[in-house]
Amino acid sequence: MIQIDHLHKSYGSGAEAHEVLHDINLTIESGEVFGILGSSGAGKSTLVRCINLLERPTSGKVLIDGRDVTDAKGRQLADVRAGIGMIFQNFSLFQQRTVLRNVAFPLELNHTPKAKREERARYLLDLVGLADLADRYPSQLSGGQQQRVAIARALANNPSIMLCDEATSALDSTTTAQILDLLRRINRELNVTLVVITHSLSVARNICDRVAMIDGGSIVEMGDTEALFANPQSDILKTLIADAKVTNHRHTHASEVTDEHENAQTKEEVK
Amino acid sequence: MGQIVSQFIADYGELLIEGVRDTIIMTAVATLLAYMIGLPIGVLLITSTKKGIRPNAGLNTVLGWIVNIVRSVPFIILLVALIPLTRLIVGTSLGVPGAIVPLVVTAAPFVARVVEQSLAEVDGSLVEAAQSFGASNLQIVFKVLLFESLPSLIRGAALTFITLFGFSAMAGTVGAGGLGDIAIRYGYQRYQYDVMTVAVILCVILVQIVQTIGDAVSNRIDHHER
Repeated sequence: MIQIDHLHKSYGSGAEAHEVLHDINLTIESGEVFGILGSSGAGKSTLVRCINLLERPTSGKVLIDGRDVTDAKGRQLADVRAGIGMIFQNFSLFQQRTVLRNVAFPLELNHTPKAKREERARYLLDLVGLADLADRYPSQLSGGQQQRVAIARALANNPSIMLCDEATSALDSTTTAQILDLLRRINRELNVTLVVITHSLSVARNICDRVAMIDGGSIVEMGDTEALFANPQSDILKTLIADAKVTNHRHTHASEVTDEHENAQTKEEVK
Repeated sequence: MGQIVSQFIADYGELLIEGVRDTIIMTAVATLLAYMIGLPIGVLLITSTKKGIRPNAGLNTVLGWIVNIVRSVPFIILLVALIPLTRLIVGTSLGVPGAIVPLVVTAAPFVARVVEQSLAEVDGSLVEAAQSFGASNLQIVFKVLLFESLPSLIRGAALTFITLFGFSAMAGTVGAGGLGDIAIRYGYQRYQYDVMTVAVILCVILVQIVQTIGDAVSNRIDHHER
C-alpha cells in the first residue's frame, strides 16, 4: 500500500519558489492498478518520482506498507527503491549491456551471485516472452521489445510495486495494447501494484482500476475508472473526454464530419 | 640503391629502433599515469555539477580552475619549470624517466577534460533508472557512467596517446630521447635529412597504428545505435 499524505513539492526557494505539487493526498491499495492522468506539465512525473524518492517532497509524507520512507537515506533508501520497480517512456536500457545483463542489473547492485542473477534474468525474460533475445543488445530490438526488457528488469528484485512513467507513449497502438496486456498480467499473476502515469485517456481506461486526475499540481478528481469516465466532475476531464469523442468521431465518420463542417461554413457565409 | 639502404640501416638502424622503443615507453607510461590522475578528476568534474549525482559547486569550480591553469601553461615552459619536481620524484631530470613527469603533469588535466566529455555523453535517464533500482553513487560511476561510455573512453585514450606522442618530441630538449629527439638532433641541428625523414615516417606509422587499434577496439565493443 502506498500512502501519500499532504505532499507538497516546490523547486527553488524564497520568492522564486515554484510549486509543482500542491497538497497531494492519495492511498493506493496493494494489488490495484492506479492511474495518474494529466497533461504534460501537470506534475504527474514529479509525483511518481516522489514515491521512490527520486524527487524529495518539500513537505508531507510518503508511506510504503505503513512505513514512513520520506527521509530514507543510504542503505535504507536503496532497500526502499529495490522494492519498487520502474519503467520509463524511453525504456532507459543500458546500451552497452546485453538484454540479459540489463535485466540482471538490479541484482548486480545488491551483489547477488552471478549464476543466481542470470537464472532469475532468464526466468523473467521468459515471462515477458523474450527468452531467445537474451544475448542481443538493446539497439537491435524494436521499441515494444525494449519495453518488455525494461519490464523484466523492473521485476528483477521481485518488487511489490511498479511505477510506469508514460510506458507506452513512445509505442504504436498495437504495441501499446500488447504492453498493457503484459502489465495487466503482471499485476494479476504476480500481484504487483501498478502506478500508471499517463496523458492518454485510452491507456487509463484500458488498464486502471482507479484514476486520479491531476491538473496544475493538484488532484482535481479521483475515483473508480468506469464511474469517473461516465460522470466526470472536473472541467479538465470533461474537456479531455469531449475532445477524445470528437477525435473518435472524426476517425469513424470522417466524411460526415466534413459535411457538417462544410454546412457550418455555408451558414457562416449566409450570415 | 640496395647498398644505400643497407648502409643506412647499418649506420642508424640501432639508433632508430632505440628511438621507437623510447618513444613508446615514454608515451605509454605517461598516458597510463595521466589516466590514474586525470580519470578520477574527470569523474569528479561530472558528478559535482549542478545536475550531477553529487552536486558540489565549490569542488567543481576549484577542479575546473586547476585543470584550466595547468592546461594553459605551454608544455615547453612546464618542462623546464618542473625540473626540480622531476628530480625530486624520479631522481633525474634527464632521459626517459625525466620526460615522464612533465608529460604526466601536462596530460592529466587534458585527460580529465577528455573523460569529462565522454561521461557527459551518457544519457541522464540511465542514471535515473539506475537510481530507481537503488544504485549507490559509486555504483552509478562504475556500472553506468564509466561502463556505458567505455567505447568513447577508449577513443579518448588513443587521442591522449597521440597527443602525448607529439609532446614527447619536445621532451627531447631535456635529453629525453625518442623519435622526436632524433628528428630534431639529426635533421634540424645536423642537416641529416635522411635520418629526419625516416624518423618522421616512423612517427607517422606509430600514430596510424595507435589510432587504428583505438578505433577498432572502440567500434568492436560499442553496441550503441549510431
